[in-house]
Amino acid sequence: MIPGDPSKNKRYYHHKDFDKPHHSHSTNSPADVSIQKSGTREIKVIRRVLDVNDKMAEENRELFAEKGIFVLNLMSSPGSGKTTTLEKTLAQIMPEIKSAVIVGDICTTHDADRLAKTGAPVVQINTDEFGGDCHLVAHVIEKAARSLDLDDIDFLVIENVGNLVCPAEFDIGEDSRVVVLSVTEGEDKPVKYPLMFRECEAALLNKIDLLPYLDFDKEKAVTYIHQVHPLMPVFEISSKTEEGFGPWIEWLKNKIREKV
Amino acid sequence: MHEMGIALQIVEIATASLPADLGNARVAKLNLKIGKLAAVVPESLRFCFEVAVKDTPLAGAKLAIEEMPVLAKCKDCNAQWTIDEPIFICKTCQSGSLEILSGRELDIESIEVVEEVKNDSG
Repeated sequence: MIPGDPSKNKRYYHHKDFDKPHHSHSTNSPADVSIQKSGTREIKVIRRVLDVNDKMAEENRELFAEKGIFVLNLMSSPGSGKTTTLEKTLAQIMPEIKSAVIVGDICTTHDADRLAKTGAPVVQINTDEFGGDCHLVAHVIEKAARSLDLDDIDFLVIENVGNLVCPAEFDIGEDSRVVVLSVTEGEDKPVKYPLMFRECEAALLNKIDLLPYLDFDKEKAVTYIHQVHPLMPVFEISSKTEEGFGPWIEWLKNKIREKV
Repeated sequence: MHEMGIALQIVEIATASLPADLGNARVAKLNLKIGKLAAVVPESLRFCFEVAVKDTPLAGAKLAIEEMPVLAKCKDCNAQWTIDEPIFICKTCQSGSLEILSGRELDIESIEVVEEVKNDSG
């Protein structure tokens, strides 16, 4: 934990502060038991392992629908520029659309400190101080969302823990998922992490201001993205210079308008 | 990376699915289906499962994992095939409009319970 001076519009939670919903959601009763062979019984279960999370995510989705909030789950590997992209995106969107942020990190409140400066209410979730969960789950989002004034928000963006693997597996009740890929990473990230690129609705190809200094093959990256997810919108942006932000902001505003 | 959480969840669901009174029985095996697209590494999960079952009714149970191939169906020409490399484009008509029939599973199928044979039982 980094000592700091959390501003008024930022809240801080540690993962362990959240009650696990397991008890209230353990609805399964002893399953059918069949005699398989002498001495061995096979008990049929047939349940998704992530059932509890999926149910909670569905409850979140209902809550957000009732409150008329569009929820975006922003994901990427660490260091691809999620926070800077969010800072710039919120600056362009907030004069028009009431926004809030939930930000997940394993530790520190650095991202929340930065995002709070946009004026949006920010809730920081830390999954663990030393090597905790590598993704956000639905019940953590539920608790974090309840600490926001949901009647005063039209757009909630959730910055997930930097990781291209696990967050793709966990539904948190969002409306849309967007992945950030930066040109300082390999072009082949989409084919190395196909689930993430399958699960997301759009991709942001970030840090394009650095292209002249890199060997990154942009066309190849876009080809890989479309191999995994044909027709996926890819927005080429620089969060530093805000180059290419127009189409991305327009796309996002349309998504928000469709729901709110 | 999140296999321990998954293992704990499996143990919780499986434990809740067991009859209240196992009597002389013990859980021998847990049958799990994992799709190849799921973000779970079977070997890591097996390792975590061994740790997670300690001091639970599932202690000593074996984890049997059936890996499910990624099976796709083209929404335009109805072709069906198994995806072995990360290319989600129809091989027949080049359409990108696919339905994933299997490959995303992370399902507990069943639990096998073995009765301990005891002469003085009954």
